[in-house]
Amino acid sequence: MATIAADLPLYREYSPGQRVLRRFMRRRGALVGLAVVVFFVSLALFAPWFSPHDPLQASWSAVRKAPSALHVFGTDEIGRDVASRVIWGARASLLAGLVSVSIALSLGVPIGLLAGYAGGWTDGLISRVTDAMLACPFLILAIALAAFLGPSLTNAMIAIGISATPVFIRLTRAQVLSVKVEDYVEAARAIGNSHLRIALRHILPNVVAPLIVQATLAIAAAVIAEASLSFLGLGQQPPAPSWGSMLNTAKNYIDNAPWMAIWPGLSIFLLVLSFNLLGDGLRDALDPRHK
Amino acid sequence: MLNYLVQRLATLVPTLFFVSILIFGLQQLLPGDPALILAGEERDPTVIAHLHQTMHLDQPLPVRYLYWAGGVLKGDLGESVRIQKPVRELIFEKLPVTLELAALAIVIALSIGITAGIVAAVARDTVWDYAANIFALWGLSTPNFWLGIMLILFFSVTLGWLPASGYVSPFEDLKANLASMIMPAFVLGNAIAAVLMRHTRSAMLQVLNSDYVRTARAKGLDERVVVLKHALRNALIPVITLGALEFGTLLSGAVLTEQVFTIPGFGKLIVDAVFNRDYAVVQGVVLFTATAYILLNLLADLAYFAVNPRLRG
Repeated sequence: MATIAADLPLYREYSPGQRVLRRFMRRRGALVGLAVVVFFVSLALFAPWFSPHDPLQASWSAVRKAPSALHVFGTDEIGRDVASRVIWGARASLLAGLVSVSIALSLGVPIGLLAGYAGGWTDGLISRVTDAMLACPFLILAIALAAFLGPSLTNAMIAIGISATPVFIRLTRAQVLSVKVEDYVEAARAIGNSHLRIALRHILPNVVAPLIVQATLAIAAAVIAEASLSFLGLGQQPPAPSWGSMLNTAKNYIDNAPWMAIWPGLSIFLLVLSFNLLGDGLRDALDPRHK
Repeated sequence: MLNYLVQRLATLVPTLFFVSILIFGLQQLLPGDPALILAGEERDPTVIAHLHQTMHLDQPLPVRYLYWAGGVLKGDLGESVRIQKPVRELIFEKLPVTLELAALAIVIALSIGITAGIVAAVARDTVWDYAANIFALWGLSTPNFWLGIMLILFFSVTLGWLPASGYVSPFEDLKANLASMIMPAFVLGNAIAAVLMRHTRSAMLQVLNSDYVRTARAKGLDERVVVLKHALRNALIPVITLGALEFGTLLSGAVLTEQVFTIPGFGKLIVDAVFNRDYAVVQGVVLFTATAYILLNLLADLAYFAVNPRLRG
């Protein structure tokens, strides 16, 4: 017996968290995505240190100057440094992504939990309202909400958050429906736990994984949505820098100052791509059955 | 089939009811007297009085909703404060332009997305598969308004091949129409192509591993016939129905694309209405879009049900 045990290779026992981390670390795309996200978050947090110039400082002697040693990404139509505006614009994009998804999560998860757990007419009512919200295309609903709330970054975040909520309601509800029939939930009910305790302590922790994945992908969608609303003039208002509003101005000068459009657009693309890669990696790590 | 249709229609009615409440509710987000805001900057007292009367603002909220919903059921989506035209008329005026753009975008999306999906599935884990997956990620991550600006920079400013903006009716000059629509259609079709590629790849992978495909191969059929005739036909069923759900992406994308290329369509109508504070038009466009989306969803479901014998029992 002792000989057999000695001959067996040593397998280390990993906790579920360690297994997820190991699977995630094997996804090169996800790691690149994470690195780029960390890079943009650092840019946004430390914008005053990274920014070479004041993003609002106009200079009439440097209007639409091509990239140079002094202005690495060139200058815009009133002589502001494009690189500094791109760095400060990361704040608006990331803030919009995080705040809108937080709004969507804080509304969608409790409502989805209630629908899935309670069932019956509560579920029917919530599901029909969710269907109604999902019937309005995401950006069109966000535009309509932003239009009625008034143009500003805060209202754009609220509009995007509300528009993204039904996806989280539906996802949470679907997860709860499959988890609530598990034996451990039955056991929790049998020993007399309250409904609130069962929902929060036994069901919610077991539906978190797909929500994390969806939240990551939703941040990517929210970044594009904020840029779209700002591009249309419904998000961040000038002169505050935002990638979408920079592109809106840049399209008028595309024939003689293309650098005004290249860098903010490339930044949106890279940030969204990184969140998509990160989301795909998290999905593979958290749910290895999914391919 | 009839039972399924009845079931789907039964869920359709409450969904449409809640859509109408949601869109009517948008108006309540306006601070203060809606008539004062809806009347625009001039705040003409005659217009304000007219709005008070037509919107029944002296009545309680549920009564106002009933008046509004009653009008909608009769096809009355209100009147544009700016253009002084019924919203329904405005929508139907702009819709053909967007429908043409959407149709061209779908053709581009289907051609690129389905071809890339087939190649990725047939050449699984090869450089072609990786390239198709990178294309899909690129399509999903590129903001279409930026792609539009970049295409203008390359094809209009640098090469001078295509017009940067504007719209020519196909009945006036078909060549000029296609020249003005090809870039916007590509921009709009690009993101949908990415989604279709992913759907096609996974559906094809599933079908290529099935018994009947193995039988077709065992019979000695040419691989091209096996893939295109036997596998693709079945793989396309879910792809087409899932593709129909991309209608929302198409309309959202049209708003931005029409703005970049200055195309006078449905998308530009809602953006102009937002800036003119023409809220009746905004409400009308959202209501029309949502209803069209719900009906298209229903058609997609029914088509899936009709072509899939296993669902029919």
